[in-house]
Amino acid sequence: MNALQATTYQDKSSGRIWKDKFIQGLVIFLSVVTISPIALIIYKLFVEGYKQISLGFIIENTPDTFAAMTAVANDERIPGGIANGLVGTLLMIVLASAIAIPVGVLTGIYLYENQGKMMANLIRNISDILQGVPSIVLGLISYLWIVKHVTMGFSALAGSVSLAIMMLPMIVRSTEETLKMIPITLKEAALALGAPYYKVILKVLIPTGYSGLLTGILLGISRILGETAPLMLTALGSSTINLDVTKPTSAVPLLIWEFYNDPNMIGLIWSSSLLLMAFVLTLNIVSKQFAAKRR
Amino acid sequence: MTQTIAEIKNPALSIRDLSIAYDKNYAVKNVTVDIKKNTVTAIMGPSGCGKSTLLRALNRMHELYENITTEGKVLLHEENIYDMSTIKLRRQMGMVFQRPNPFPTMSIFDNVIAGYKLNGNSLKKKEKDEIVERSLRDVALWDEVKDSLHKKGTFLSGGQQQRLCIARALAFGPEIILMDEPTSALDPIATSKVEDLLVKLKEHYTIILVTHNMSQAARISDYSLFMYLGELVEYGKTKNMFTNPKDPRTEQYLTGKFG
Ligand SMILES: Nc1ncnc2c1ncn2[C@@H]1O[C@H](COP(=O)(O)OP(=O)(O)OP(=O)(O)O)[C@@H](O)[C@H]1O
Ligand SMILES: [Mg+2]
Repeated sequence: MNALQATTYQDKSSGRIWKDKFIQGLVIFLSVVTISPIALIIYKLFVEGYKQISLGFIIENTPDTFAAMTAVANDERIPGGIANGLVGTLLMIVLASAIAIPVGVLTGIYLYENQGKMMANLIRNISDILQGVPSIVLGLISYLWIVKHVTMGFSALAGSVSLAIMMLPMIVRSTEETLKMIPITLKEAALALGAPYYKVILKVLIPTGYSGLLTGILLGISRILGETAPLMLTALGSSTINLDVTKPTSAVPLLIWEFYNDPNMIGLIWSSSLLLMAFVLTLNIVSKQFAAKRR
Repeated sequence: MTQTIAEIKNPALSIRDLSIAYDKNYAVKNVTVDIKKNTVTAIMGPSGCGKSTLLRALNRMHELYENITTEGKVLLHEENIYDMSTIKLRRQMGMVFQRPNPFPTMSIFDNVIAGYKLNGNSLKKKEKDEIVERSLRDVALWDEVKDSLHKKGTFLSGGQQQRLCIARALAFGPEIILMDEPTSALDPIATSKVEDLLVKLKEHYTIILVTHNMSQAARISDYSLFMYLGELVEYGKTKNMFTNPKDPRTEQYLTGKFG
């Protein structure tokens, strides 16, 4: 009787096992389909790009077309590098962060403190909408505000403002979510010691939620790192290193676009993209690390 | 309400007609009572009777939440606490919470002097060291942590963390310490350490202790306050209340009929 039962079980489950196998295969197949583009991209960037990567690539400015043409004709390494783009990107990220972090963190604190109030809901919704605005539109806005009225011309500042608007919603959200996760009794404990409210924020809430805030900021930076469209309308580009925020400035993604438009410099696209990709991946991994540490 | 309000001379705290409501639902109704200096006063009563609500009114914690309204007066040195600045009030009124809650980013040392740091009072190194040592000795934690003062407070055991939180409340030199079931998250050994501590601390401080645990109230409190459905039902010497409760509801509670 026992044996009989066992066989009937097996009969029923053999169909189930087959189904399991099928689903499992499908999942694996789809996973491969999902990750293959990124694997192929990294592979292609590496194979095509590594030849150009050298110290000079990082510390020299972009070559002129003629120098590149000569090098290509003689089958040599294209001279020069992307130092102007790297410095420009760094400059604009620092400036964008300097604008977006204080505004974003303060807004996040405001939302956290005013849960359920109309004004807070409104701001939260606007911030969510902002996250969905195409970056080129943000570039246009910054063009109208900064290029036309503040710096009277294309500038790093204008580029930074458009990037800051892009970062803002991510920082607002991550600040609010992080604060919500901090046990309320910590806040009460600090207030029970007679601490004024701003000290509670600065010395208890922000340090406690520090890794969460940092995750949001790093993800925000990795988002703007590769932005090209808004910079075309604001920072424009520059063939030399520029540190004046009121002047046109280059950026790595802008250079990639320029290289694409110059048949002699196609070789530089891959190496620049490889570098950019490496930055973005590193930032993503570092911020995931912070997020994991929090748990 | 029975007439059990002891009019105590020179009380630590006089609560007068205190009512507290959450969105118009009264959780504490017309409580009037004097708290005697240098005693442990226990607030007892079944769950939901308003113990925590009453306690948290005393350092104005309710003001953090907009749906809570408070009526009545609480006099500290003849001054209504609702007319004081919260900073001045909370300096005189330390609070210890149900769950130990040291600041997770601060060291043991910094947790003890957190009250000073958070108020922007800068102290000399020597003063800090003195305050930390004295406060940690007060809570009998000094010998256990003196070699790891710069480790995070959250590395300590639950009982040690709770004593650290008591030290944090003491460091500021309050007159009164409010405690909401401070031992309910602790094991029996840690509980008895904290209880011993409270008995010792009443020499210098007035302690108001919310407790669920009747035997704890019997062991360490001098006065007891029995609450039921937001009302103060009975107040008196703990010994008298336990041996000879005046109100039938107190008696029922003490004999385990409800709660
Ligand atoms: N945040 C709140 N919002 C609305 N009502 C509340 C809130 N906190 C407490 N109450 C209500 O107030 C009443 C008293 O609550 P309180 O927390 O003071 O009781 P307690 O005596 O401390 O109970 P326990 O022994 O369970 O801690 C309860 O009826 C409770 O439902
Ligand atoms: Mg309670």
